[in-house]
Amino acid sequence: MHASTLLLILLALVALAYQVGRKRAVASAGGAAQINTLHSLPSYYGFYAALWAAVPALLLMLLWYGIQDSVVTALVKTELPPEMVEGLSPGRLSLLLSDVKNLAQGNILSGEVTPALQAAADRYSRLQQLSSYALWLFVLGLALGGMALAVRQTHPGMRARNRVESIVLGIMIVFSSIAILTTLGIVLSVLFESLLFFQKVSPLEFFFGTLWSPQTAMRADQVAADGSFGAVPLFTGTLLVSAIAMLVAVPIGLMSAIYLSEYAPRRVRSLAKPILEVLAGIPTVVYGFFAALTVAPLIRGFGESLGLTVASESALAAGLVMGIMIIPFVSSLSDDVINAVPQSMRDGSYALGATQSETVRRVIIPAALPGIVGGILLAVSRAIGETMIVVMAAGLAANLTANPLDSVTTVTVQIVTLLTGDQEFDSAKTLAAFALGLTLFLVTLTLNVIALHIVRKYREQYE
Amino acid sequence: MNSPAINPGDGTPGPAPAGEPATRRAIDIVNASLKRRYAQERRFRLLGATAVALGLLFVAVLFLDIVAKGYTAFQQTYIHVPVYFDADTLDPTGERDPQTLANADYMGLVKKSLRQLFPEIKERRKLRELYSLVSVGAGVRLQQMVLDHPSVIGTTRDIWLLAGADVDMLIKGHIDRDAPESDRRIKDSALELVDRMIADGRIEKRFNTGFFTNGTSREPEMAGIAGAVMGSFYTLTLTLLFSFPIGVGAALYLEEFAPKNRWTDLIEVNINNLAAVPSIVFGLLGLAVFINIFGVPRSTPLVGALVLTLMTLPTIIIASRAALKSVPPSIREAALGVGASPLQTQFHHVLPLAMPGMLTGTIIGMAQALGETAPLLMIGMIAFIVDIPSGFTDAATVLPVQIFLWADSPERGFVERTSAAIIVLLGFLLLMNLAAVILRRRFERRW
Repeated sequence: MHASTLLLILLALVALAYQVGRKRAVASAGGAAQINTLHSLPSYYGFYAALWAAVPALLLMLLWYGIQDSVVTALVKTELPPEMVEGLSPGRLSLLLSDVKNLAQGNILSGEVTPALQAAADRYSRLQQLSSYALWLFVLGLALGGMALAVRQTHPGMRARNRVESIVLGIMIVFSSIAILTTLGIVLSVLFESLLFFQKVSPLEFFFGTLWSPQTAMRADQVAADGSFGAVPLFTGTLLVSAIAMLVAVPIGLMSAIYLSEYAPRRVRSLAKPILEVLAGIPTVVYGFFAALTVAPLIRGFGESLGLTVASESALAAGLVMGIMIIPFVSSLSDDVINAVPQSMRDGSYALGATQSETVRRVIIPAALPGIVGGILLAVSRAIGETMIVVMAAGLAANLTANPLDSVTTVTVQIVTLLTGDQEFDSAKTLAAFALGLTLFLVTLTLNVIALHIVRKYREQYE
Repeated sequence: MNSPAINPGDGTPGPAPAGEPATRRAIDIVNASLKRRYAQERRFRLLGATAVALGLLFVAVLFLDIVAKGYTAFQQTYIHVPVYFDADTLDPTGERDPQTLANADYMGLVKKSLRQLFPEIKERRKLRELYSLVSVGAGVRLQQMVLDHPSVIGTTRDIWLLAGADVDMLIKGHIDRDAPESDRRIKDSALELVDRMIADGRIEKRFNTGFFTNGTSREPEMAGIAGAVMGSFYTLTLTLLFSFPIGVGAALYLEEFAPKNRWTDLIEVNINNLAAVPSIVFGLLGLAVFINIFGVPRSTPLVGALVLTLMTLPTIIIASRAALKSVPPSIREAALGVGASPLQTQFHHVLPLAMPGMLTGTIIGMAQALGETAPLLMIGMIAFIVDIPSGFTDAATVLPVQIFLWADSPERGFVERTSAAIIVLLGFLLLMNLAAVILRRRFERRW
């Protein structure tokens, strides 16, 4: 009873619907010879029937799978014996329910198997089974029903093409709204969890506190610290690593863009540009590995030979490698804007007797400056949101320091650390990750909006 | 650096006598400053060339470093041992029942064969040292042999057994023989055994097929990338199935049909912004929405694909819109002129012409998705999964996450495995980008 089997059967039904709809249209016109009495080409009648068979059934299937689990869980929950549920915290209750599910699937569970638990698990698998049968019944029924409806409507005067086209257009509108839905989903999900977090920890402490140690007590009677959620060390750590990255990426990226677009012979340009862009295509996890295993020991060894103490996971290593990663961003964005500067401006400058470098520095860069700044802002937002390099090379210690040889941690590292591994979903520790995510999203969004605005405005200027 | 092209106040006052005409003075000043200005020009040019050279150097160092660390993983050390498949220990009942055969003590068999190879070793500590030269995976190999061909029972076969990680590292030169014994993973007495086996020709490096056919493992010598590659395959297949139709549909609507109004402006700004949202935020979305609200099973290619789809959509939409834009309006006008409906115009004429550009954008989006790690950590694809996944809803991990997990492992043997996995990943990415380039070169039309 696999979902993919159902999908395949549905697909076969849709193909059948196409054939039936088409045949029916030809027949209703009075055979292939009379086909010109049809309003649309016969295939449109087929598509019409196929769409009617596919779309409602698929929507139902999506909806069903979306809510099946929560409905079944809720039903099992109401049937649990009251003495089992009495006085349980929401966290404990969800643990109990996950035990029921694990038992039903034959996995290992956290506690002992009691008869009540076994009964609940049996009930859970029975309900799942029932739901699965019902789904098959409804989906296939809906597909057949849709097909029958479409075929019944078929007659020579039906404007099948127009109907199919409006359905297709509707589907395309839905597709293009997915971008909006994604943004909305990000904002709502992150915002909702963050609000829960700010009920437990005051925003003042979060944004201005300087101590970050997100260890919360697992049980109320534990002596462990309550956890402290002052995110300032994370913000400074992020800024430090990003600043080092930009110090590497901006000069190298900008200068190579200038060289490649103004000086380099065609052959050098056509060779060097794609090679530099290879840097942008390398997965970040590869950079992380390179930073942690090659660059960090190198910096450590070099620093120690100078008599400096270097942390094995230094901000410098992560920042340097991140800078290398960002070079192609800066260079290709700068390259675009430099090429967009009209040739007439260069010619004017040469005519006044300026050398090439003087033209670049006094004419081209000032003219391209807004675009370059926009590109750099995009690169900064990329650096702030970069995760794998810092996770692998920057460490977890939340130090409030500006020393690049020290180990720092960043917002993204903490999000990953807080959310991997097992934890209750409503603890302050987990929710803190969402508050960090919200901060990250808002900061990068602001940077992006400003940068895109600048870049677009600049482009219009010369077009 | 602030020298203007011509600055009368800046150059040397010049030796020009008072009565000379003004034009003469200006050219003098220019001539006098020329040397400095040309030097500046050369410096600037050199600076640019240095920047490009540095960039190229980084690419070279990165690739050389990875290859130098990883190429050894494509070979694996094996130890040649004659093994007697003792019928009494393997199949005491003599029924050749697969259940009994599967549960027999194969590691015991390996140990016995090793003892026969070095009959003089009796001391328990030394024996343990001897056993540790062979991987714990060696028993699995014998088990497989017996299950495949029960006829080997009762015979003696010469078998190349998988060596342990320490021996492997020693043979490949990652363990320094001259280091003091206390700093070495492999002790002097074991080193002596290894040297004797080398002298007997019992140790050999062979092509490492296990790396491509095994799932992951806690033991470096047994760890392979098959599980992660299959996980990546399932995840990417679903991502492609979701994101291509949606991306092309959205691009078609926005570029060709959408009225210019607030709503479509909003969508446009949105897509551009989503392209620059940090990938980890998509992981948070996946965790909060797909897993916690819709109950999509954790750690599966399905939930990974949903997250990656949302991530790659902006790339595909932007590339597809650019491809549609490059189709000249005359095509549309001609189609509309002979009576095609707007949708027929698009689907029969514009879309086929824009398809190469759209496919190029899709391949680049897929390459991004293949290398993505951070959001997948949030949705549980980081779990330690030994089994090779066989479907879209099996727990799985993907190649970049596997690299991340191995990079975190302290054993020396995992360094070369990680680098080798990176080489494989980069190989896939190279192929995809090559496909995109070829597609663009061969099919893209200039109008």
